[in-house]
Amino acid sequence: MHWTEYAAPLLQGAWVTTQLTVYSTVLGAVLAFAAGIGKLSGNWVLKGVSVAYIEVFRGTSLLVQLFWLYFALPLAGAAIGLDLRLPPVLAGVLALGLNIGAYGAEVVRGAIQAVHTDQHEAARALNFSPRQTLWDIVIPQAVPEMMPSFGNLAVQNLKDTALVSLISLGDLTFRAEQIRNFTQDSTTIYTMVLFTYFGMALVLTVIMRALERYLARWRAAKG
Amino acid sequence: MLFGYEWDLSSPLAFAVSILPILLIGMWVTIQAAVLGFLVALVLGLLFAVLKSAPSRWVSWPAAVVTEFIRDTPLLVQLFFLYYVLPEYGVVLPAFMTGALALGIQYSAYTSEVYRAGLEAVSRDQHEAARALNLSAVRTFTHIVVPQAVPRIVPAMGNYLVSIMKDVPVLSVVTVLEMLNVAKIVGDRTFSYLIPLSLVGGLYLIMTLVASAGVRLLDAWLPKQGIPLK
Amino acid sequence: MSDNTDPIITFDQVVKRFGDLTVLDKLDFEVKRGEKVTIIGPSGSGKSTVLRILMTLEGIDGGVVTVGGEPLWHEQGPEGLRPASEAHLRKMRSRLGMVFQQFNLFPHMTVLRNITEAPVKVLGLSKVEARTRAEELLELVGLADQAQKYPHQLSGGQQQRVGIARALAMRPDVLLFDEPTSALDPELVGEVLNVIGQLAEEHDLTMLLVTHEMRFAREVSDRVCFFDQGRIREQGTPEQLFTDPREQRTREFLAAVLDA
Repeated sequence: MHWTEYAAPLLQGAWVTTQLTVYSTVLGAVLAFAAGIGKLSGNWVLKGVSVAYIEVFRGTSLLVQLFWLYFALPLAGAAIGLDLRLPPVLAGVLALGLNIGAYGAEVVRGAIQAVHTDQHEAARALNFSPRQTLWDIVIPQAVPEMMPSFGNLAVQNLKDTALVSLISLGDLTFRAEQIRNFTQDSTTIYTMVLFTYFGMALVLTVIMRALERYLARWRAAKG
Repeated sequence: MLFGYEWDLSSPLAFAVSILPILLIGMWVTIQAAVLGFLVALVLGLLFAVLKSAPSRWVSWPAAVVTEFIRDTPLLVQLFFLYYVLPEYGVVLPAFMTGALALGIQYSAYTSEVYRAGLEAVSRDQHEAARALNLSAVRTFTHIVVPQAVPRIVPAMGNYLVSIMKDVPVLSVVTVLEMLNVAKIVGDRTFSYLIPLSLVGGLYLIMTLVASAGVRLLDAWLPKQGIPLK
Repeated sequence: MSDNTDPIITFDQVVKRFGDLTVLDKLDFEVKRGEKVTIIGPSGSGKSTVLRILMTLEGIDGGVVTVGGEPLWHEQGPEGLRPASEAHLRKMRSRLGMVFQQFNLFPHMTVLRNITEAPVKVLGLSKVEARTRAEELLELVGLADQAQKYPHQLSGGQQQRVGIARALAMRPDVLLFDEPTSALDPELVGEVLNVIGQLAEEHDLTMLLVTHEMRFAREVSDRVCFFDQGRIREQGTPEQLFTDPREQRTREFLAAVLDA
């Protein structure tokens, strides 16, 4: 087979990879805020859950988490009478999202804590409630600080999607393995795949930088 | 039966206890792979750092592009590439070596940045002072720059070692018998994945906690200003 | 009417400690409605702490503080006074406003939004009402044309004037100024001083200023208090204090400050 014939199935795989990246990054972002803010909460239940989530998902391997969700969770569910079999897509998005969310949580927490106490005092003097202070005053100032790290995490997530091929999800890596099994043309295929991931990573980086600039536009106003 | 150990399926606890030695053998492989990969990353990363700092753009730019390429592509694909492509060019390595090499290459992109940041952080003043004292470039490097750069570099490198440990399971796709692979084999044969995979998760937590604590200890032990020279 | 003669702020044997350090040592202090009081004194004498306690940024370790006749850090319980709940503090806080040394404007909001945000979110004003109020206040402090700028685009003096407008937008009964010009370049102090002076003259707002700027003390105040080591050492009208201080400590302090 000529390399151009590989392009179509590989692009299909790349599309799956793109969707996985988008869904899991969004899930990860939501979890990052939930756990990052939760860890700073005074409520010890919320704080405990957040800390446990962050430590477990940062301290264990992503592949272990993925396999656990796909192979072990159904068995745990069966033991308590629930059908917890996850289709590969769900297991993949969940594992990726939970994993990236745990790393993101530390970024969120750090950026929120970095906002100067002066801002908290000004908000208190104006009688904002703690919740208003967090969402109106602190988080908008923290977000631009989070973006560079979020950009790195997004690219890391893109790379991590390759692991879902190991639970037979038809992403770019899975397609590559399929074709290689068929044609044995390893060099061509894997070179194409590496470059495809590289291209996707560059596009993702550009998008994240643009997002960063958009969120920090108040900083860019001419001084 | 695996590695000479039988598992006991009479109860969950008995099962867990009986497969623990099997998993620990896998853990030992994990640790070896991680350390070997880390060493490769340290050496290769240093090479990349030096190339990226080269005065000539013909050297520094390609080096920067290559490290960016390595950084932005998945470890799994890099591993497949090495595993299938190298033999086509006559290089046949045991799977374990290929795995460690892949880990080393992937992480060399990160370690090269740590080297550069660490070396650059040793201030200009130090270089100027060394020049004023007429120290040779080599002596400046080994006696002034490196001892001060090391405490800055160690924590970041230590954290990458912990990250490498978490990436070792990827090597299971090329049949390396690290901890996750072993657990999966047990699961495949007993249809009982829950306990092996949960144990692996727990063992990983312990491993990373111990390793992270070790890195923090090392960081605390190193004096901030630099390694003292007599 | 008794309302007008009752003090709007009282400190009754108030104690405040930071660790081992006693910053306020059984302080007795009063401010009458509509009075403009300046507090001067050496660093560490507790001046800013008085303001921070009033603004509920710090608690107290002993004694009672009242604002508008009601206890601030305590509330009336069935068996007498007990520590205030957050709801009580919120209610009391609405009577006070504060202007900070470092301005503390919200950097991610325009000048206009800095001023309208609290009235809208906390007081429940409509955006239109808040905007009208904000524009009037910007007119008052001389910054009507800067409404759409961001804080970092303004000079320190301008930022502080926005800070004053922001505090006024909440219509407090008492306005606290914590070293409002200490972070400004000398040539910018005047514009802020003018605004504060104007406020003092044209409004019966109660004002409590902590400052190193003796100009404030002289030009704006009805009363000047000299604080030292957690207590009021001496107080009186500006003329009394500056021309004929009674205490030795006051004399020493004034000599050092006015010489510099």
